[in-house]
Amino acid sequence: MSVLLEVNGISVSFDGFKAINNLSFSISNRELRAIIGPNGAGKTTFMDIVTGKTKPDEGTVLWGEKNLSLLRMSESQIVEAGISRKFQKPTLIETQTVFENLLLSLKKSRNPLSTLFYKLSIADEKEINIIANEVNLIESLSVLAGQLSHGQKQWLEIGMLLAQKPDLLLIDEPAAGMTAPERKKTVELLKRLSRNQSVIVVEHDMEFVKSLECRVTVLHDGGVIAEGSLDYVSQNDKVIDVYLGR
Amino acid sequence: MKKDFLNYINKANSFFWVSSIVILFTLIIILLSESYGLNLVSTSFTKVLGKTLCLCIVALAMDLVWGYCGILSLGHFAFFGLGGYMIGMWLMFKRTKNIVVESTQNNILPLTETEINEAVGTQIFGVVGGAEIPLIWYFADSLLIHIILILLVPGVLAYIFGWLAFRSRVTGVYLSILTQAMTLALSLYLFQNDSGLRGNNGLSGLQNIPNLDEFSQAELSVWFLILSSLTLIFTYYICNLIVNSKLGNIITGIRDNETRIRFLGYKVESYKLFIFVITAIISGVAGALYYPQAGIINPAELAPIASIYLAVWVAIGGRGYLYGALIGAAFVSLASSYFTGGQIPNINFGIFTLKWVDWWVVILGLSFVITTLYAPKGIGGLIERIFRRS
Repeated sequence: MSVLLEVNGISVSFDGFKAINNLSFSISNRELRAIIGPNGAGKTTFMDIVTGKTKPDEGTVLWGEKNLSLLRMSESQIVEAGISRKFQKPTLIETQTVFENLLLSLKKSRNPLSTLFYKLSIADEKEINIIANEVNLIESLSVLAGQLSHGQKQWLEIGMLLAQKPDLLLIDEPAAGMTAPERKKTVELLKRLSRNQSVIVVEHDMEFVKSLECRVTVLHDGGVIAEGSLDYVSQNDKVIDVYLGR
Repeated sequence: MKKDFLNYINKANSFFWVSSIVILFTLIIILLSESYGLNLVSTSFTKVLGKTLCLCIVALAMDLVWGYCGILSLGHFAFFGLGGYMIGMWLMFKRTKNIVVESTQNNILPLTETEINEAVGTQIFGVVGGAEIPLIWYFADSLLIHIILILLVPGVLAYIFGWLAFRSRVTGVYLSILTQAMTLALSLYLFQNDSGLRGNNGLSGLQNIPNLDEFSQAELSVWFLILSSLTLIFTYYICNLIVNSKLGNIITGIRDNETRIRFLGYKVESYKLFIFVITAIISGVAGALYYPQAGIINPAELAPIASIYLAVWVAIGGRGYLYGALIGAAFVSLASSYFTGGQIPNINFGIFTLKWVDWWVVILGLSFVITTLYAPKGIGGLIERIFRRS
């Protein structure tokens, strides 16, 4: 398996506080990976760096077969390169329908003039239907995104990432606010997605991480302290100290 | 198949109704006008109505940039004023030149080009102690170039300003303050006598259209009314096209959740810049139609307060509804000229006299507060609620 994203020795500090400290991380093509860690471990900052929202003080972030440096790209260029992100808090256009939210996400020209003259085609409508079906929202296409339940909002946001046809999905706390059956569906969805693209899931909920049955990276104080299967990292003394508790 | 999409898309198309109402209104005024109809509507009132239509156009621009794209610009009247100055330069230059040439027609030797320019310069700039025609008046003889400048000057200023502001990701109240600073700076600059635009005297006599001397103001006022309503309809068409396109989804998306749009891969800055420039150009066109009807433009027109009034109109009319902006601008500006025009008698309470001219501002302020508290979506929101219910 070839490496898709390679993060090498990045550090970033905010007002003297080191949020990320010499962190290295890599993920292969079509891999499902969970990142866990206590609050303030640097999970969200890590995602901010990969998506271009925050620039690190040092280190490199390389992407894809051509080893492009993501640090020199803007947020929109990174999306174009193939990295899509779901935020911790559902981030949707709440005043627009599910259909419109998905329409905006489709991989089309992002130029103002071409969006002005865009005409909805049958092919695009089909694609939206397929995605809506995938994330269990086919019945809700005409509902305003703001009126969805919390769990459905999470799904819609995942659907919006899918519509962009990314190579890597960064998913921050997908299980938050979901009922047990919704969680089960989400686990299935994430596993299914990782057949076609790489997926990084940041999650607090150990049960949820366990059901993903994937490699786990444990972050603490801005660095990686353990990596491996969930059973393996659960045995690690340091992980038990800082995260799981004795 | 087509109908199915429409259920999924949360939009309304009001172009047909609005254009019908504007056309009907214009026809009625023509029928009642002094020059072409029953002489029931005076020339000065026809001009007031024509100017109101121009204010509706700039309100549409404000609604697009603020109501739809979420950029509270408090500087769009600067673009309006610039449009006015651009047409004013041509009107004033051309007319003065015509007068100079006419008055010397009986001379044995016709004036040379230089002599004409000197005479025109003295006529126009004598009031600010100059006789030279400043360089910025270089093209003032050409209507075509000045029509292009009406679009170009506000557009380029908006592009430079917007590029700097949006690239640095200045948003919210900070951006509003910057736009206020822009319009204030421009106004103060124009107040200077050596700005080349006659300082605080401004440009005057704009109601006299060169080469159309044989037509009366009564006739011209109707022509301008027609021109203003056609421009309003055209602008409404453009704005309606924008808000009902996918571009419309993106700009309202920027208003409601900028982060999401950015992380869907859209360059938010380009979209903001696009809308900012388009609306600046619309405002410039509206100004170019307004000031020939007003007859005079001076730097006070670009004062920050004017742009704030514009925001008040749109807020009362209803942000995010194109027709709301029209209702707000028409209703509030007409009420304003009614209350401050001295047409209603002051009320005497003995020790205290209620002067409408002074109290109008209080009424306007109160209605703004009431709208914000009880109808945050303005008149447009109320109309929408009534129609959705039935």
